[in-house]
Amino acid sequence: MLFLFWGKELNGVSAIQLEDILYKVDETPILTGITGSFAEGAITTLVGPSGAGKTTLLKLCNGLLSPDEGRMTVLGKAIGDYEPTDLRRTVGMALQQAPMIPGTVYDNLNLPAVLKGETLREEEAGRLLQDVGLGPEYLKREADELSGGQQQKVSVARTLVNRPRILLLDEITSSLDRTSVKEVEELIQSINKKYKVTIIWITHNLEQAIGIGDSIWVMMDGELVDAGDRTILQSPRTERVRQFVEGERV
Amino acid sequence: MSFFTLSLTLIFVLIPLLLSKTFGLGLERDTLIATVRSIIQLLAVGYVLKFVFDSESLLYVFLMVALMIVAATHNARNKGASIKGITWKVALALVTVEVLTQGILIGFGITPATAQYIIPISGMVIGNSMVLSILFLNRFTSEVESRKPETDLILSLGGTPKQAIDRPLLSSIKASMIPTIESQKTVGLVQLPGMMSGQIIAGADPVQAVQFQLLILFLLLTTAAVTSILLGFLSYPTLFNERMQRIRN
Repeated sequence: MLFLFWGKELNGVSAIQLEDILYKVDETPILTGITGSFAEGAITTLVGPSGAGKTTLLKLCNGLLSPDEGRMTVLGKAIGDYEPTDLRRTVGMALQQAPMIPGTVYDNLNLPAVLKGETLREEEAGRLLQDVGLGPEYLKREADELSGGQQQKVSVARTLVNRPRILLLDEITSSLDRTSVKEVEELIQSINKKYKVTIIWITHNLEQAIGIGDSIWVMMDGELVDAGDRTILQSPRTERVRQFVEGERV
Repeated sequence: MSFFTLSLTLIFVLIPLLLSKTFGLGLERDTLIATVRSIIQLLAVGYVLKFVFDSESLLYVFLMVALMIVAATHNARNKGASIKGITWKVALALVTVEVLTQGILIGFGITPATAQYIIPISGMVIGNSMVLSILFLNRFTSEVESRKPETDLILSLGGTPKQAIDRPLLSSIKASMIPTIESQKTVGLVQLPGMMSGQIIAGADPVQAVQFQLLILFLLLTTAAVTSILLGFLSYPTLFNERMQRIRN
C-alpha cells in the first residue's frame, strides 16, 4: 500500500494507477503483483536491471500490451474503457530505438497527424523541434542521417504532436554519448514544465535517476521492490535494492 | 510422338544425372524422383483429361478445378504457417481468382464453357495464383518480422493495425506482382511462352497461338493483382487482436 499512495502524496492526483498487475508470456510471469501509482504532472523514473520488466510496464501503460490480471486506470478511467487509439494518444510513448520512418524529419513529425487524417503545419513542426533542442532547419534533413541523440529528440517531439497528457520515455539515453545524455536530461525536465505533462521514463543510470524527477520506482525480476524519492537509492531500505545499487556502482 | 521417341527424351534426364555424379552435387536421387513423379503425374493427368473431355460433363470439370485448388492450397499454405487460418485464406483467394477469370472469359464469350478451355486455363490461373501466394506469404512474413519496430511505432502513436501494417503489406503485394509484370515485358524477345510454343509445335497457326498467349498473359496480370491483394487484406487482421495489439508469436 506504501507504493499505491506514493504517487498521490506528491500532488493528490494519479495519472496512472496499477493494482496487482500480472503480465505473462507463455505462462512465464514478466510482471507480478505491480501495485502503485504515478502522480499527475510529476516525473517518475523507473530503474532496475535488464529484464526487470520496465519496458513491459510502459507498454502496458500505452496499451501496446494488456495485463493478464489486475486493474489499471489512466486519468481515473479504466484502461479497457479507452479506445486503443485514444489511449495511445493520451499516453504517448517514445520507443527505445527511436525508429524513424523513411523520409525527412518533417515526415516523421507529421506521422501522428497523418494517422489522424490531418497535416502538421510546418511552423508547428519547427516549434516542436525547438522545444526539444533542435532548430527548424532540421525539418528538411533526412531522418536516417541524424545522430542517435538527434533521432531521440525527434522521437520525443513526434510523440508530443499528439499532445499527450502522459509521456513515456523508454531508455532514450541508453545509447547516447555523455553530452547527448546531458541534453536529453535537460529536455525531459523542460518538456515536463512547458507541456505540463506527466513523464515516466526508464534509465539504467542511477545518477540520472537520482538527479532527475520527483519519484523513483525500483523494479527487479518483474516486481516493484521499492518506490519513493531519491533517498531510496541514496540510502536503500531493502537488501535487494542495496545490492542492486552497489552492483551498478561497481 | 510415339512412346519410343518419347523414351529417347530421357537422354535429357541422363545428362544432369551424369553431371551430378561427376561433380558430386548429390542431386541424383531428387532428379530421379522428379522424373518418375512427372511421368506418372502427367500421364495420369493426360488420361484423366481425355476421360473428362470425352464425357463432356461439367461436373467432372468442376471436380478437376476443385482438385487443382485443393492441391495448390496445400502447397502454398505452409509458407504462411504463422498466419492464423491461412489454409482458408489461400483457398478463398484461389477460388475468387478462378471464379473471376472464368466468369469474365465465359461471360463475355471470350472462350467457350467447355472442358477443353476451362481446365487448361484454370490450371494456368490456379498455378500462377499458387506461386503468387507463396511469393506473397514469404515476403509478408519476413517484412512483418523485420518491421516490428515500425509497426509498434505507428500503433504507439495511435495508428490503427491497417496503418501500422500498410508499408509491409504494400511492399509485399508489389514484390509478389513484380515478377509477373517484368516477365511480360520481355515476352517474345527473350523467350517464347510454353503454351504458345506447344501450340506451334502441335501445328497451330502461330498468329492464333499468339492470340491465346496474349489472353493468358492478360489473365495472369489480373491473377497476380487479385491474389496478392486479396491474400494481403485477408491475412493482416489476424496479426492483431481486438485491442489493436500486435499478436506475439
